[in-house]
Amino acid sequence: MSVMYILIGCSLLLAIGFLLAFIWSVKSGQMDDDYTPSVRILFDDFGGKKETNQEKNES
Amino acid sequence: MKEIELPIIETNTKCFHCGDPCTESVINFESHSFCCAGCKNVYEILSQNNLCGYYDINQTPGLNRKIAIADNKFNYLSEDAVAQKLISYKDQEITGITFLIPSMHCSSCIWLLENLYKLNSAIRSSKVNFLKKTITITFQHQQTSIKELVTLLASIGYEPAINLNDIETTGKKEENRRLLYQIGVAGFCFGNIMLISFPEYFGLDSITKASFSKLFGYLNMVLSLPVFLFSAKDYFTAAWKGLKRKFITIDVPLALGILVLFARSAFEVITETGIGYFDTHAGLVFFLLIGKWFQQKTYDTLSFDRDYKSYFPVAVSAIRQGMETTVPVTQLQIGDRIIIRNNELIPADAILMNGNASIDFSFVTGESHPVEKVYGEMVYAGGRQMGSTIELEVCKKVSQSYLTQLWNSEYFAKDYQSRIQTFQQKVSKYFTIGLLITAFGSAAWWIANKPELAMPAFTAVLIIACPCALALSSPFALGTAMRILGKHKCYVKSPETVEHIARINTLVFDKTGTITQPSSASISYHGETLTEEEKECIASLAAHSVHPLSKKISKIYRQSQHKITGFKEVNGKGLEGIIQHKHIKLGSWKYVMEGIAEKNHLMTEKGDSSTKVFILINRYVPGYFLVQHSYRSGLKQVIQKLKLRFDLYLLSGDHDQEKTRLAHYFGDEEQLFFKQSPEDKMRFIEHLHQQKKYVMMIGDGLNDAGALKAADVGISVSEDTSHFSPASDVILDASVFEKLHLFIRFSKNTLKVIHMSFIISLIYNIIGLSFAVQGTLSPLIAAILMPLSSVTVIVFTTICTTLFARKGGLA
Repeated sequence: MSVMYILIGCSLLLAIGFLLAFIWSVKSGQMDDDYTPSVRILFDDFGGKKETNQEKNES
Repeated sequence: MKEIELPIIETNTKCFHCGDPCTESVINFESHSFCCAGCKNVYEILSQNNLCGYYDINQTPGLNRKIAIADNKFNYLSEDAVAQKLISYKDQEITGITFLIPSMHCSSCIWLLENLYKLNSAIRSSKVNFLKKTITITFQHQQTSIKELVTLLASIGYEPAINLNDIETTGKKEENRRLLYQIGVAGFCFGNIMLISFPEYFGLDSITKASFSKLFGYLNMVLSLPVFLFSAKDYFTAAWKGLKRKFITIDVPLALGILVLFARSAFEVITETGIGYFDTHAGLVFFLLIGKWFQQKTYDTLSFDRDYKSYFPVAVSAIRQGMETTVPVTQLQIGDRIIIRNNELIPADAILMNGNASIDFSFVTGESHPVEKVYGEMVYAGGRQMGSTIELEVCKKVSQSYLTQLWNSEYFAKDYQSRIQTFQQKVSKYFTIGLLITAFGSAAWWIANKPELAMPAFTAVLIIACPCALALSSPFALGTAMRILGKHKCYVKSPETVEHIARINTLVFDKTGTITQPSSASISYHGETLTEEEKECIASLAAHSVHPLSKKISKIYRQSQHKITGFKEVNGKGLEGIIQHKHIKLGSWKYVMEGIAEKNHLMTEKGDSSTKVFILINRYVPGYFLVQHSYRSGLKQVIQKLKLRFDLYLLSGDHDQEKTRLAHYFGDEEQLFFKQSPEDKMRFIEHLHQQKKYVMMIGDGLNDAGALKAADVGISVSEDTSHFSPASDVILDASVFEKLHLFIRFSKNTLKVIHMSFIISLIYNIIGLSFAVQGTLSPLIAAILMPLSSVTVIVFTTICTTLFARKGGLA
């Protein structure tokens, strides 16, 4: 059963990794604005053709 | 005065830039139509820089640009003292700056503003935060200046709002992030502690070796430390602060519970007498923080604490030593000569020295028709000049003006607290006392009977009775209520406000702009019957004026297709023209009767020029248009519903000409008060307080600011929520005014939900306590009971509040 020690150590390390990733994401401002990036991703270099089509379908 | 021949007006074409109908003239440019030169200019700038994608993302994304911006409007930005305060960081090459852009409204705006670098090569990057309506620009300051940036933004229709408040603000971003860190840490610890505690719950330890038990205990303790020291820290400080001010808040039993949980668990692990309640400890803190986060719903684009500083300009043009210079408004002295241009705000009480003043006081009173002022008249601060440039002499400092001195009252002091205690505040005092009595009582009983169980029983009581469910019921019920209200364009400042709304029993309304619709006035004709032809002529004559009243008159009749000659308009007096061989004059009595000595039956009805527009056709006055404020749609129904359950009052700064009409709505003339100054309104609320009434004030302008603040709940009705509203607890979009009674009823129901969930949490507490006082509270029972009660309360309050919203017509 001593393999348990290793497993617990591994699981904790993994979890700490995720915690650090979360802290980093907050620190870098990813949680400050949860709307604009969702729009920004739709703009390609020529000015968001996807958006136009989508809106046309809706209307 | 202008005298031109005017073409017949087409109304079908829509502007390619802003989408408004082209009413005055159509400018054709590159196969697109524009309503004004401003809109065309924006298109030109964009098309030259290959930015026409702006028009692909959304149809007609622009805003109307008819009002031109004065060239020297941003001169004050060249002043270092002002500029320094706007900059967020600066190094040798790059400067970073954040602007608030109120006109941002669609995805096209985001796209264009993030492509700013194409318009000015000195701009390194620009990043938009759409919810906050801000843009953060980094630029090379050697190649461009802040003034140039602002001018560029203004030229494409995104003029930044820069005002006195910006120059004195600090961000609260850090606090928000701190809570996220705390939740992250608590969640991480909670999950791992649960995992590690599992073997113990299932009794697996007896199968394996006892050595794990010890390891797991210490591991749990180590994992609990960050929760105890970092995540739960705010509860200790809040409890301590409350106790110092002799308040027992909900934080006291919470902090006590968290402390005892940790101490007893650590004791058990170190003495090897058990595994402790670390999982309960971490879970409790985690749930509490989630509750805190949930009720922290904020409206970034709305500001509830604005004072006059938010609306007043940073600087103003003044004449000093014969030269026109830019002076920060805070440094304006009595006797300074200031110059106010079209669309600029008058920052201090002043006397008109030069020019034709036509002042729009909609910020202050909600009245949207401009008021005419002549030489030597006093103009109060807060008005906006419409029309030509005027010169004024300052006679009071900015902070001492008629309007701004409202902010010197006690209600605007920082530590001013509401009279209404929330349910949680009221209950937590008794709860804490009851809890301590039970804890000490059971300890005393065990000391007398079986002393070794005294300590476990005492700590178990404090642990299990920790009012987690109680602490969660308010945040979740109120948080849900806030979101539902927000969805219906009723923006509530804080969760407590919902409870305050639920407690009110008296409503006080402002008149102009609150129950009347500022943009629409009803116009009715009084006098002899006009022929169809005459009607058409009047309508097309009025259509050529830019005055808001003329615009309205032009819309009540069909316009004729004939040409107008000899068109003349005298600012603030009236207009005339010859159409179909008829000489028609529209305007005040004095204006239309100029040079005419004839007498007729209307002579006695001169009336107030602001409410009557006289018609003169070929030297004869057949009648006049009566302009009356139209009340908001649904006003009658709302008032009727509210009248049944609340005391209603009306306070107006105007004369009492509408008294009988309003009495018809409110039922009794004694509830209507006219000619109320801003100060009077505030005193009236105080007077109601003395009668032990809980007052809701509904207003809109800066002149209601005192009353809004003094009332238990201040609601400001706003036509454009992102634009303007005085400090208040609630910002209500004018379009949902007719739902006011639904909002109040819903708030009352939300309070009911809190009461019910309190009973649920009490039942859980009693079950838990029955184990605790017997000294038989096992970690497993605690670990089940605590999350179970929390989840029940969360689910119950959220579902119940949503159901009440549906039932109350707010689905």
